[in-house]
Amino acid sequence: MGDNLISVNNVSVNFDYQENFISKKQKIHAVNNINIKIKKGSFFGLVGESGSGKTTLGRAILGANKISSGNVIFHDDERDYDLTDMNKQDLKEYRKKAQLIFQDPYAALSPRMTVRDIIAEPLEVMKITNSRQETDERVRDIASKCRLNIEHLRRFPHAFSGGQRQRISIARALVSNPKFIVADESVAALDVSIQADILNLLKQLQTELNLTYLFISHDLSVVAHVCDVVAVMYLGHIVEMGPSRELFKNPKHSYTKALLSSIPSIDPEKRSEAIELKGEIPSALNPPPGCVFKTRCPNPGVDCKGGEIKMSLIEVEPGHWVDQCCAL
Amino acid sequence: MSHLLEVKNLDVKFDTDEGRITAVENISLSVDQGEVLGIVGESGSGKSVTAKSIMKLNPGNTSYNEDAEIILDNENVLQFTSKQDLKKIRGGKVSMIFQEPMASFAPAIKIGAQMVEQLLIHKNINKEEAKSISINMLKRVGIADAEKRFNQYAFELSGGMRQRAMIAMALSTMPKLLLADEPTTALDVTIQAQVINLIKDIIREYQMGVIFITHDLGVIAQVADHVAVMYLGSVVEKGPVNEILKNPKHPYTKGLLQALPDINNLDAPLSPIPGNIPSPLDRPTGCVFRTRCPHHNPEGKDGKIEMKLIEVEPGHWVDQCGIKCGQNG
Repeated sequence: MGDNLISVNNVSVNFDYQENFISKKQKIHAVNNINIKIKKGSFFGLVGESGSGKTTLGRAILGANKISSGNVIFHDDERDYDLTDMNKQDLKEYRKKAQLIFQDPYAALSPRMTVRDIIAEPLEVMKITNSRQETDERVRDIASKCRLNIEHLRRFPHAFSGGQRQRISIARALVSNPKFIVADESVAALDVSIQADILNLLKQLQTELNLTYLFISHDLSVVAHVCDVVAVMYLGHIVEMGPSRELFKNPKHSYTKALLSSIPSIDPEKRSEAIELKGEIPSALNPPPGCVFKTRCPNPGVDCKGGEIKMSLIEVEPGHWVDQCCAL
Repeated sequence: MSHLLEVKNLDVKFDTDEGRITAVENISLSVDQGEVLGIVGESGSGKSVTAKSIMKLNPGNTSYNEDAEIILDNENVLQFTSKQDLKKIRGGKVSMIFQEPMASFAPAIKIGAQMVEQLLIHKNINKEEAKSISINMLKRVGIADAEKRFNQYAFELSGGMRQRAMIAMALSTMPKLLLADEPTTALDVTIQAQVINLIKDIIREYQMGVIFITHDLGVIAQVADHVAVMYLGSVVEKGPVNEILKNPKHPYTKGLLQALPDINNLDAPLSPIPGNIPSPLDRPTGCVFRTRCPHHNPEGKDGKIEMKLIEVEPGHWVDQCGIKCGQNG
């Protein structure tokens, strides 16, 4: 287990759901039987449409969602943390090491705190620093690493643009010196030129601070650019996973193919080559039996239409895993 | 032949507590029947303000310049003041679809009732006819179970379906011009592909003119015939979509294209445009892009070159300062 930072073993997350107080309790299968290993220093991408369970999985890995079955292990230098079996003290320690960057930099920052206080808050809550002076030092240090102007620390968030706010959120996430960062759609709300800037910053910080990322996004071209390994999720399952170049050059699963073809091409002469998927992602309340993608699959086989093929990943090339329904 | 819509020398200014803000300056655009004009630009570039001016939907603190003209179907919209006249354009000759369909439907009124209401305002028909037109339109945009959806509320529909319903509602009055303001931005890629195809089909079928606003150059490449690139309230480059995307002249257009991650070329570095978009309160004099321009020429940098579009190829217009800078790199 030497080079893995996170091992996710057979993790499922279910939520209870009751339409109204007299109706029957049901279960939402948000995340089903996920196995992933995130290597130290990697940029692990998680893609999928809304409702595919990527955020739930990311939050489960951070211990922010309850895991219904399976476990998540965080391999730290000295010891392993098992997320499903952690006492309060451990959880506090873990929080210092694993942090989250949110999607919307407008909603994530309190409008009533100065930038300095926003960035310093994790240090104070986690009691990492002992004096105000030490706190200030660390805040200034991380702020300059995130290319924030030191003079701006006394201002309030409203004075900043989207890109600058996102840099503040990044500084806040990194101030406790974490090893693992979940970036949940962290560039989705930004303009393209600012998006490029933030992606470059994340990459640069990764080498500078030895970070490992779980990068959640719905934008495949962004993921293809920054991530080393990518997992494609659909309705709570990983349908394909592999090194990003291999996966984008040689996609095996029909869902990955459809997703890739749906990216609007920048070339006006290449119009409408999209494999159009019919309909929408089904409800996670009653996912279809067998292959979850079969209701929208453009070329389903006879067996998979009947729901006889169970979801299970098969290794087709070294490190490239595909759900068996499409791999066969 | 006269254009369906022609915008001439439009300035839009807002009076705020901090002073008068120039949101749009000296814009001229035209749209023909059956043609899609794409407007691209970052947030704050004035894309939506331009579109809303066509329906005079900008807030009360807005002022337009005296010599501006927005000619729609041979009438100057800017001269309309009476409610009667404005009604003709708002929802009648011009319809608009928005980015966030959840925010555009009234949450407590059934979708069908909202569709019927606007038809009764604009068309001389009774309730029954309006209902059947609405249901047919819902079917046309690919909503299964249209009769059932007609009696549902917006929250009961998924994002993609809501956007389809929004399109159905906008089209049911048979407008001549459709303003689509980031209609696919909030959607997943697979649903976005469906909606783009739907919009293209409908344009072909009804031969309406469309202004398609987006920040996504990929979407522009897929739907638009002509493109106008906006920056800080000014058009810096415009022309046929092929020309603009394959042979961009202005450094801003080039910058946008280079910042875009391209899935077919993963080795290309992502190069952001340096700096931030300036506040409209201190809009640069001369060329608006000069504060961020990576290839600036000395005169342009000092703000000595006025903004003016020059035709470099037939139909391809570029700001004159940008032409000079574009030659530098």
